[in-house]
Amino acid sequence: MARELSAVLDHVARIGALDLDDVPPTSHVVGDSMSTHPALRPDEPRPCLPREVALAQAPAVSDDGFLVPSPQA
Amino acid sequence: MSDVVGLSAFDAAHAIAAGSLSAEELFEVYRARAASDRAAGEDGLNCFTWVAGEPPDADAACAQAPLEGVPLAVKDLFCTEGVPSQSGSRILEGYLPPYTASVVRRLRTAGVRLLAKTNQDEFAMGSSNENSAFGAVRNPWDRQRVPGGSSGGSAAAVAGGLAPWALGTDTGGSIRQPAALCGIVGMKPTYGSVSRYGMIAFASSLDQAGPLTRDVRDAALLLRHMVGHDPCDATSLQFPHQIELPSAERLDGVRLGVPEELTGEGIEAGVLAAFDASLARAQELGAEILPVKLPHAPHALSAYYVIAPAEASSNLARFDGVRYGLRAKDAADLLDMYTRTRHDGFGAEVKRRIMLGTYALSSGYYDAYYGRAQRVRTKIAEDFRAAFEQVDLIVTPTAPTVAFKLGEKTADPLAMYLNDFCTVPMSLAGIPAISIPCGLSHGLPVGLQIAGPAFSESRVLDAAHALEQSIRFELAQAHV
Repeated sequence: MARELSAVLDHVARIGALDLDDVPPTSHVVGDSMSTHPALRPDEPRPCLPREVALAQAPAVSDDGFLVPSPQA
Repeated sequence: MSDVVGLSAFDAAHAIAAGSLSAEELFEVYRARAASDRAAGEDGLNCFTWVAGEPPDADAACAQAPLEGVPLAVKDLFCTEGVPSQSGSRILEGYLPPYTASVVRRLRTAGVRLLAKTNQDEFAMGSSNENSAFGAVRNPWDRQRVPGGSSGGSAAAVAGGLAPWALGTDTGGSIRQPAALCGIVGMKPTYGSVSRYGMIAFASSLDQAGPLTRDVRDAALLLRHMVGHDPCDATSLQFPHQIELPSAERLDGVRLGVPEELTGEGIEAGVLAAFDASLARAQELGAEILPVKLPHAPHALSAYYVIAPAEASSNLARFDGVRYGLRAKDAADLLDMYTRTRHDGFGAEVKRRIMLGTYALSSGYYDAYYGRAQRVRTKIAEDFRAAFEQVDLIVTPTAPTVAFKLGEKTADPLAMYLNDFCTVPMSLAGIPAISIPCGLSHGLPVGLQIAGPAFSESRVLDAAHALEQSIRFELAQAHV
């Protein structure tokens, strides 16, 4: 996999040749100015998943929690 | 082939509303076709990961719904309550989501019935649908070839007449490229117009759901009922108007821009020939063809293969064997459990992208990779804004080649990534783009991509419709 990753990184490195010093980064492309909604929803508490539903898919549970192996063997 | 399979989704909805077609009969015809493909596994097209056992009960409240009774195939990565949703990955083996994705709920309210979940590249990472825990999907035009990806199951199912229409997702081309390779219509809408809530995430700043359909009118109809603000998705936007069903048959006064950066080097000769023929046709329909420049487009792929893996490496950290999905057995301790679960659960391409992403985000490399890629993204968006001051829409081939042979590119990830060369720039800019079939090369479909400014979906669909009516592409469903 090292050879494949190197080939991809070589391709990606081409952006190193561009002059981008004064260019601001974009993390979110369609701005708030286009929206009729504020970016964040109101900070109001809402119900979350019931505990038994949240636990139903877990590989192992114990005492109403997710059971995992000990961090130290 | 049953006559009802020949109906477009639009016509099927009308026939059901008029009482001339039974929704139950329509569902059963498709269910039987899909179940037969599922049972055949890789001897069939291998389009599906799950098929409905029986018609879901019609919701009484939906009886007058606009899409009442039309079956829908949904890409595996959309969470569907009580129905397996694995995003094509072993790490989500057996996962039954406790809720349904907003866009699927919205469509169910509009009357569609869940027919099947479709096969895909694992976590939507791939351009050939060969990276799936469920095995490769085959192209209905030639079973030795790939359907494209990552929404390959959705595209092959629609092209093969195994579903009237389907949902896919597009991060860098994952709706448009398989639509092109399978000879159907696929649209990536403006980023933010369709809720991502309940879509198993790949790259959150790019992921967007969209329709895969047999024709442009079906794409408009499905998209109309997908868009809308959702408080559960912080990046969700209110679509400013209703998506109109397209009616245009002419392109008079429409200025189509052809970017030289995406229509020359690296595009197969047969694809370019079909593209040029489409431009000539557009001119006959009244369009003005103008050259435009997208100077940073050749760097889009590099920026994309930093940004998308970086976001993926973060998103996929949640798959740790604790709360759902696969857990490696007999782990010595917690770290051993995490490591072995992820080793066993992720396929090679997913591991490759997690490594690329964590490398690009690592201290000391962040500015050189992720920081620069985000600045390239700014330049690409600026390029499009400048181009759309001169033209109404931009046209390119959708994919540089027609469908390639299974296994042909699996050993060379970079060659695989180059499939996204023409579609990634629009993804980085967040703008809408559609792929429609525009001809054949060596007997295989070629896709034409039409892109417009943010929220110009109705205009893009209208232009696609005018070209579609003129091209009259024949979808060879007899291949199934």
